[in-house]
Amino acid sequence: MLKYICKRILMLIPVIIGVSFIVFFIVNLAPGDTARMIAGSDADQATVERIRNELGLEDSVFVRYARYLWGGLHGDLGQSYYSDQPVVKIFFQRLPATLLLSFWSVLFSLVISLPLGVLSAVKQYSVFDNCAMVFALLGVSIPTFWLGILGILLFSLKLQFLPSGGNEYWYSFLLPAITNGFQMMALTTRMTRSSMLEVIRQDYITTARAKGIGERIVVLKHALRNALIPVVTTAGNFLIMMIGGAVVTETIFSWPGVGRLIFDSISKRDLNMVVGCVILVTVIVCIINLLVDLVYVIVDPKIKTTYGIRKG
Amino acid sequence: MMQKGNKAKSKFKETWRRLKKSRTAMIGLCLLIFIILSALTAPLFFDYNTDALEQNILARFQTPNSAFPFGTDEFGRNVLARVVYGARISLVIGLVSCLICCSIGVLLGATAGYFGGFYENVVMRFADILMAIPSILLAIVIVSAFGVNLFNIIIAVGVATIPQYIRITRASVLTVVNQEYIEAARAVGASTPRIIFMHILPNCFAPIMVQATLRVATVIAEAASLSFLGLGVPAPTPEWGAMLAAGRAYMRDYAYLVMFPGLAIMLTILSLNLLGDGLRDALDPKLKK
Repeated sequence: MLKYICKRILMLIPVIIGVSFIVFFIVNLAPGDTARMIAGSDADQATVERIRNELGLEDSVFVRYARYLWGGLHGDLGQSYYSDQPVVKIFFQRLPATLLLSFWSVLFSLVISLPLGVLSAVKQYSVFDNCAMVFALLGVSIPTFWLGILGILLFSLKLQFLPSGGNEYWYSFLLPAITNGFQMMALTTRMTRSSMLEVIRQDYITTARAKGIGERIVVLKHALRNALIPVVTTAGNFLIMMIGGAVVTETIFSWPGVGRLIFDSISKRDLNMVVGCVILVTVIVCIINLLVDLVYVIVDPKIKTTYGIRKG
Repeated sequence: MMQKGNKAKSKFKETWRRLKKSRTAMIGLCLLIFIILSALTAPLFFDYNTDALEQNILARFQTPNSAFPFGTDEFGRNVLARVVYGARISLVIGLVSCLICCSIGVLLGATAGYFGGFYENVVMRFADILMAIPSILLAIVIVSAFGVNLFNIIIAVGVATIPQYIRITRASVLTVVNQEYIEAARAVGASTPRIIFMHILPNCFAPIMVQATLRVATVIAEAASLSFLGLGVPAPTPEWGAMLAAGRAYMRDYAYLVMFPGLAIMLTILSLNLLGDGLRDALDPKLKK
């Protein structure tokens, strides 16, 4: 087990280096003079040259990347062009808000999707099942930003019982969390249903029923536990989607998280901030994914042995 | 040769026969055809410059009526005309980015699966890295670095889909690459590109096709999100995401401004999802529950 954990952590390193490499190069190979941009269009040539020297922009992009990576290893991803504060510091000030939002989004989506998926599978082809599937299909197709706008329109402007933005009240998170988690909720409902349908036809379920165990326990204890495995495996992908989607949600609801920070930095053309945030978000997503995987390996002995054989 | 043609045709017919049976897939297909047709015939009903672009301050904020079924926006432009012309942009972004990125992904995935070894490792690690970055963030980085124009948007929203194609193609290549007919083709001296394109890839067609249909939907949604964030096709071009963002400022009094563009995006994505699900069931009956 320890060997597996170490291996997974070691595998993260090339991914993170690769991500930083790709993001850094995209931004630095792009046309446009960074020094001129920071100095402002009315600055004289001497100021631009001074800034260029200070930032070391006259070096080749590879040298700059090496320097950036070396700084990154020491927890320094440069300064924001705009506020002269370290990128890492600003990022971690904003991170808790995004994590809080993601937590509520995940909670919301699971609380709705699991019962919905299980019930649809148990009552396959019933009216309930059909309604739930249409609902899930609409949920997959509705764009997050439109859902957010509709939410504000209905709950904040027409009914006036939820705030349309900010995080001043304890219930401020409700609309953003539902908006952000809606797509995941729809996807998880569909996945839970199909995975339940697969499990529920297996022989051991028939055996359990034949033994006279109540339907409730058969479904919840015997079937659901196995049906959840594929759902948990894809949870990581949804998480990536959700943290990415936070840029849109946080922008709509003025939620003071990392997504909003990225959006603001783009508007100000603070590319150093954007690069740093994207790299840090990716690192955090990778770490959360790793934790999910580890918990999952511990929980499911079947996977532990397969990994033991395949990787070990 | 003759026989081969018949076979290909019958496979297509068989798929179509199964697809036709699925009511939801047919709804999706009809919806999609409707959207494509309205995008194609837009010039017959509306003039791009006078209806979709030209400002007419006197006619601003007209709620939906017989002259303007979707109302007019803050510049007095016909919202219906803008929604219809917006379909052209979304469909072009979806199709072109899908074509480009699908080709790149399939090529990389097929060669990775076929050649294996170090090359495969490099390609697959590349796919892992691209997949680790949340797709919308990758798109934001690309567009904000290279500037906002149609081509950059197409590439930006497409790049994140490449790893999916790589993975799917490689996986299905691996299932056929060791079969005897591939060995036979090699034995009669077929060249490597010929083996890959003529013998291996046709067998991987089904999963790639399904993936492509569903990806067009996500790409369109993502391009609209970019526009919504102000990183899309520059104004005054009618684009659904940008129309929503503009309408937001006035939605307290004129809710229809955010209704129609949003509905258009949703219906487009819905049609592609329905069709994609149906195609998956039709092309691969094993997956059908």
